[in-house]
Formats: sequence, C-alpha cells, structure tokens
Amino acid sequence: MADPGTDPAAGPVLEIRNLVKRFGALAATDDVSLTLLPGEIHALIGPNGAGKSTLIRQITGEVRPDSGAVFFAGTGITGLGPAARSRLGLARSFQVSQLLPDYTVLQNVLLAVAGASGGAFHFLRNPLKDPRLLPQTLTHIEHSGLSGREAIQVAFLSHGERRRLEIAMALALRPRAFLLDEPMAGMGAEGAKDLTRLLSDLRHQAPVLLVEHDMDAVFALADRISVLVYGRIIATGTVAEIRANPEVRHSYLGGDA
Amino acid sequence: MSREMLINLSMLAVLILTGVIAHLAGQGFVVTLATKAAIFALAGMGLNLCLGYGGLISFGHAAFFGIGGYVCGILALHAANAMPLVAGWSGSNQMLLIWPLAMLGAGLIAVPIGALSLRTSGVYFIMVTLAFAQMVYYFAISWPQYGGDDGMSFYTRNQFPGINTLKPFGFFLICAGVLVVVTAVIALITRSRFGLVLGAARQNRIRVEAAGIRPFPVLLTAFVLSAMITGLAGALYADLNRFVSPTMLSWHMSGEIMVFVILGGVGRLCGPVAGAGLYVLMEHLLGGITDYWQILLGLVLLTVVMLAPGGLIGILSGRARHG
Repeated sequence: MADPGTDPAAGPVLEIRNLVKRFGALAATDDVSLTLLPGEIHALIGPNGAGKSTLIRQITGEVRPDSGAVFFAGTGITGLGPAARSRLGLARSFQVSQLLPDYTVLQNVLLAVAGASGGAFHFLRNPLKDPRLLPQTLTHIEHSGLSGREAIQVAFLSHGERRRLEIAMALALRPRAFLLDEPMAGMGAEGAKDLTRLLSDLRHQAPVLLVEHDMDAVFALADRISVLVYGRIIATGTVAEIRANPEVRHSYLGGDA
Repeated sequence: MSREMLINLSMLAVLILTGVIAHLAGQGFVVTLATKAAIFALAGMGLNLCLGYGGLISFGHAAFFGIGGYVCGILALHAANAMPLVAGWSGSNQMLLIWPLAMLGAGLIAVPIGALSLRTSGVYFIMVTLAFAQMVYYFAISWPQYGGDDGMSFYTRNQFPGINTLKPFGFFLICAGVLVVVTAVIALITRSRFGLVLGAARQNRIRVEAAGIRPFPVLLTAFVLSAMITGLAGALYADLNRFVSPTMLSWHMSGEIMVFVILGGVGRLCGPVAGAGLYVLMEHLLGGITDYWQILLGLVLLTVVMLAPGGLIGILSGRARHG
C-alpha cells in the first residue's frame, strides 16, 4: 500500500500551531506547537497534570481550542468533529480501551471498516456477509495477530488482545496518522515487549504520535520526543537530546534517567 | 437457524394460533384479546428498536402511540361527517391511507423530540422524552375540537380492502399481518450495517466516532423509525376501540409500552410479543379476580428484572444478550 504518511518530503502530516486552551485561570494548553513528520514516532511525555489529555482531545476534536489551529494532511481541521477527523485518517487508540463489549472481535473490526467505507446508512445487507467489508476486516484481524479469535466476544478477551483489537480498528481507517494514548498502560513486561514491536511496525503504515508513561518504550520507539510541563512544551528533540536536556531532567526525569 | 430465532418465530406463531383457534371455537372475545396483544406488541417493537437496540430509554413513546391514534381518529371523524379537514379534503376511512399518515405524524413529531433529547443521555434522556410526551398530552386535553379530556368516539371501524374489519377475526388478521411485516423489517434493519452501528452506538459512542461515524444521525433515525412503528400501533389501537382519548398519550401508557419490552426481553426481536402477550393475559385472568392485579404485574416485573434480565425470550433461549 503506497502511503502518503511515509514520504519525508511531504511536510508534516499533523501540525499544531499555537494551540491555547484555558479552563478558568488554568492554561491547560499554553501556546503549544507540534509537528508529526512522515514515517516518525513522535512521543509526547510529561508528568501527570501536564495537560497531555487536553492536548490530545483538541487533536481528536473532542475539545475546541480557544485559539490556534490544527492541520492534518494539509487541511485545517480545527472546526471538525471527532468522526470527521477519523474519516480523514486520524486513527486513535485510547488510554482506557474503548471497545464494544457485547460484540465479537469480527463485529468490532467490521464497524471500523464500515466507517471507512460508506458509513452507517445501509439498511439491507448483513455486514457479516458483505463482500465490500469482510475481506478487509479479516485482513486487519490477521495483521493484528487476532486470527482465530474472530468469534470471541470482547468481554472475554485478555487485556493484551483488547489492545491489539484497538490497533486493528485503527488500521481499518486506512490511517494517515496514529494517535496512541498510553498504549502500554496496564501491560505486563512480556506484553509490553510484544506491543513495542507492533507499534514499531506501525510507523511503516503512518506516523505515530505516542503519549506514553513507559519510558523504556518511549526511548526504544521514539524518533523525537516532546516534553509537556504545565501546558507548555519545554523541549523537543531526539532521544539523546531529551536525555541530556537539563531542564527536562530537572522537571520530569528526576535527574537519574 | 439459531435457537433464539426459533423462539422468536414461535412467539409470533403462538399469538397467531391463539387468534385462529379462538375464532374457530367461536370465542370472539379471545380474538379481540389476541388483537390487543398484537397491537401492544407492535407498540413495544417500536420502542424496542430505540430502547433495546439503540440503548435510548424513551419514557415518552405514549406520545407517538397517541399521535398515531389521534391521526386515525381525526381522519375517521372527518370522513364520517364529511367535514373538510385541509384544502377541502375530508379525511379518510381507508386504513391503507390512515397508516402512512399516522406514521408520518408520529415521525414528524419524533424528529424535534429526538434531536433535542439526544443532546442528553442517561436519566436526563428519560426525563426529556417524558417531558415532551406530557406536553403532547396536555395539548390533547386542552383541544376541545377533538374531544379534549373526554376523547372522541368514531362509530365504525376504518376499512381495509377485501376484509370486513368489523368482524373481530378480520381485524385480528390485519393487526397480526402488520405485526409480522414489521417484525421482518426490524429483523432486516437490526442485522444490517445500520443495525451494527446502532448497536455499537448503544455500547460506546466514543468508539463509533473513532470509527469515523457520527452517532447522532444514526440514533435519531432509529428514534424516528421507532416512533413511526409505535404510531402505527396507535392507529390500530384507535381502530380496535373505535375511540381515542388523552389516556393513550399519558405517561402510564409510556410505562406500559416499556413493560412489554422489559417483560419480553430488551433488545430481543420478539421480546415485545412475549411481553405484550403476557401482559394482556395477566390483565384478563387476574383483572377478573381483583382490581389490584397490577400489584402482581409489579411482582412479575421485579422478578424478571432481578433474575432474568433477558426477559421471557432470554429465559427460553437460555442465552445471554449478544450484539
């Protein structure tokens, strides 16, 4: 699959310009600018309460910024809602997995494929037998390592399998960028290692903006890191630059990292 | 065919056979009871589409039931008295024209009610739908032209080509036929892509948005379709009694329709058939013994909710709810 998200000459896939969001006196997002370049994994780190969630929610469209703009794949998306942004190919995974617990693995991925191909308003054909949906759905399930689990209801999946399912659903959007909100949360060491490998492969499909607490994973995966503290980005750079940055060491890494 | 589908079809079959056997045995009254059960089942099927499949707990479906009834009653009244209604047209006594107009009326009212209610969720959704239904109820009470508080009678049943609707069995066949057709339509819709997304919106709207689909138009469509089906049931109910009154619009009615759905099994295709059947049966059998039969209904409802949340269909099919 030829992907616009892997050509470095094309300029940033996702660009945030001077985003500001205040809640009363608190500036949760304080003049934040950020780019996500083709082919990279860009990690966003920061202590609790730094405003990572608020920033993410402005990128997904759940929260409107007070000022500033978000550009995606060359167009301004500041005024679009979450569904429209997803349709443009901004795929996301959630901090707490957001799946459809009553549905099977197959039905979950079918929903994502349906969203990417024509939406909800088809009243006649059974999607489980729809040749426009089914082959792609099975491909995504296979790529995320869930083959053989198609008929299992989500409520009975393990934590790691749910993470994989979220990624399968993100892939179904034919994404141009991934927005992954703490994908390592709650994973055991072994599961985290598997998932690190899966995430590393994702960048070949589209660039990844990764919000993550697991520093081992961040340092292993990221091409660039941005550090958010009190709503401001205090540093952006490569892994080595961030490790060496005195301000970051002081305010976040605690000096011993 | 799954066991649950078999149970669903059996529910329809039991209802139809009850009517047929009662007719053959000359029990016109039982035929009328079966007709009432079929109409209530239809009203419940409408509610089940939004409550069961879409997770929208509407406590205002009496509004749509009553609007369907009033559309039927008003058209019949004008036709009987050759009274002009709009643009020199004086109503109709043809069911095949009354039904689509009843559905249209209920659907048109459901668009603003749904659009506003869907801005809320949970208990607020319940209260907002209730509030709208109460507005319609008080409007009907204060509208003297069509009976106001007392309601209005029309003296002959509306007509259907080739069937004598005044014979209990003829009217039963019509109602049972409508129920079967609507069941088939709902089975089709809920298994379609629309149904997949509707069920997904019930479980997690955030996920639906992340999949690139706005839940709002899907939920609103389900709400309006649901109102139209319940409105159609209202038109049939008006014809059954040859009488409409604000009672059809009251919040008790909304509660009863909800009881049909919960007794039979929320989100089960023929749950409302089982629920309405049981309700009419209890009303008839226990209502003959005591005026306080609804205490027993309450106990049955409590038992179902506590012990068998899948309702009658859930008990019979022995299967937890699926998507």
